[in-house]
Amino acid sequence: MKTKQKIGGGRFEVEMQVCGSGAPLLYLHGAGGLIGMDPFLEELGKDFKVVAPHLPGYGESTGGELIEDVVDACLFYHQLMDDLDMASAHIVGHSMGGMLAAELAALDVHRVKKLVLVCAAGLWLDRHPIPDPFAMDLPDLAAHLFHDPKSPLAQMFSAIPTDPQQLADMYVERTKRLTQASRFLWPIPDRGLKKRIWRIAAPTLVVWGESDRLIPPIYAEEFTSRIRNSRTVTIKEAGHMVMYEQPQAFVKTVGDFLKN
Amino acid sequence: MKFTAFHLMSYPNLPQDFTNKYRSVWVDIPRSLYDPKLGHRIYNDYLDQLEFADRLGFDGIGVNEHHQNAYGLMPSPNIMAAALARRARHANLIVLGNSIALYNPPIRVAEEFAMLDVISGGRLVAGFPVGTAMDTNFCYGEVPATLREKYREAHDLIIRAWTENEVFSFNGKYTKLRYVNLWPRPLQQPHPPIWIPGGGSVETWDFCAEHDYQYSFLSFFGYMAAKKVADGYWETMAKRGKPLNPYSMAFAQGIVVAPTDQQAERDFAEHADYFYNRCLHIHPNFADAPGYRTLNSIRAAMKSGLPAQLKPHYSWKDLVDDGIIIAGSPKTVLERLREAMQTLNCGHLITGIHMGSMPPELVRQSTELLAREVMPHLREMWSEWEDKWSPHPLNETERAEPAAVNFNRDEMQTNGATPSSPTPEGRAAK
Repeated sequence: MKTKQKIGGGRFEVEMQVCGSGAPLLYLHGAGGLIGMDPFLEELGKDFKVVAPHLPGYGESTGGELIEDVVDACLFYHQLMDDLDMASAHIVGHSMGGMLAAELAALDVHRVKKLVLVCAAGLWLDRHPIPDPFAMDLPDLAAHLFHDPKSPLAQMFSAIPTDPQQLADMYVERTKRLTQASRFLWPIPDRGLKKRIWRIAAPTLVVWGESDRLIPPIYAEEFTSRIRNSRTVTIKEAGHMVMYEQPQAFVKTVGDFLKN
Repeated sequence: MKFTAFHLMSYPNLPQDFTNKYRSVWVDIPRSLYDPKLGHRIYNDYLDQLEFADRLGFDGIGVNEHHQNAYGLMPSPNIMAAALARRARHANLIVLGNSIALYNPPIRVAEEFAMLDVISGGRLVAGFPVGTAMDTNFCYGEVPATLREKYREAHDLIIRAWTENEVFSFNGKYTKLRYVNLWPRPLQQPHPPIWIPGGGSVETWDFCAEHDYQYSFLSFFGYMAAKKVADGYWETMAKRGKPLNPYSMAFAQGIVVAPTDQQAERDFAEHADYFYNRCLHIHPNFADAPGYRTLNSIRAAMKSGLPAQLKPHYSWKDLVDDGIIIAGSPKTVLERLREAMQTLNCGHLITGIHMGSMPPELVRQSTELLAREVMPHLREMWSEWEDKWSPHPLNETERAEPAAVNFNRDEMQTNGATPSSPTPEGRAAK
């Protein structure tokens, strides 16, 4: 499952979750990163060869300092696909990963077979400002991310370790991840995607949690109105963390779209 | 020992229920709480207070930069320094300072500091803080991951602009300039002394040591809590073989003086309470941004545990007993201040002369007692050391004097000396 691979002639060493077999599927995680318990990846692995790399700067992936902007990130994924012999792939991106997936699909039109944008960042509507996740403490963040902030899942997400060493480790890793995310999301999660998004040619599914309180579902419409071959599916009783909250509905929705 | 009278210029009129009603004094504090008419009054009062400190013989008068908050009302400290430069004739202008990563291009800072240095006859101290996370990341939108790199680049550009005599090109990552050619250039050569305000990060000490800059530890939590930071700084200097010159460090300590200790509590307790319990009410998630501190600094901070200063509420007793403020009669203040500066091995005292909501007459009284009854007894401290971090102004005889102003409104009107009458009636008539 967990592997490490040198990418770009050793410029990056990338920690990846790899599972399943079938058509290649590249999964790009959100700003929080993979949490180590990501069962929907295994489920997708029943039909696809799933590759979920930690963005450099996340987990054990190195070379974060080489990725400073959207172009750097897209070139990194391009290189990763080259080095993994993925001539093309389905790309599924969540939140910040959705932003980068859309950027990649606009930049490198021929490599993306189908595109799935899940509660994606990257666009900004003045009338519907996205709240600032960087100014939130964990309970507040959980309230924005989860349909039911009182669910065991949400509680687990916002739990603060009592052991000082664990707390320190968690805080350092979280800071490391969000530092990298800030390059794309701070102070406004918009790096000009709207100027490039018209180029996306891949059939695109926009998936949103119905009660996403971080990036409100109105953004789904914004993506579909700008991507020519696209439609939206909204998943009930799910918030921004839709694939964790409703893994079955999520995997079925994504699987059906990619297979048909 | 040298003394700088410093002013934060706090907003003195936050409502009683402020901390219950609002989450932060900084970043997203409702602007409806700011009354510009009161603002007019207090800016002028505060400038008067710094000018008064100048006349009392303080070595420096100090201002600094903060944004979108009621804790310190100086988005532009340079405007304040300019307002002071003409009427405050003797004291150095300690601008602590400009958050240089925020200026685009940062050459603006080189220019404004040069202007201040020239106007003041070479009395400027140029401070280069990174700036708090609240100011830089949340208010000014700087990406935390690149803030420090941008700061370093801005620093390099400013120093080159001050020191190179030929026009040069600067191809930075954040700033690209084909022609850098500073007009005016600073009066002090090669440039004004540089003080680096910091909060205790290892990187800042290294940076100071590397460039021979003065380190200004601007804590508002007193000398006891500052001991650890000062020790760290001196260790860094020792490791690098630098002399442990007390003047290479400044320390900010809140001091209030009254005729007696009891009087001090009666006079100042409510204002200290206002400052420590209302002006420092900062939403914790604004106090840090991911990437604002290096991972090393975070690890070091987590290791040493949470700082003692994070109490939910401070009583007068807490503030005085923990040395967060030094308060009392001149005798008490003198003893504690001597102990503080000895403990920290510190030659430059920066003292806030105004705390939170203090009215002008109290500021005047406290500042005067400090200057007349405390300062003289500490002047000789550290006299065996050379202060290499204070400005070198022109001799008083070489300095320009502002022309005397004798503005008599009645006279001007009767003489018809002014074409645009300053009275409202005159304006209405036009």
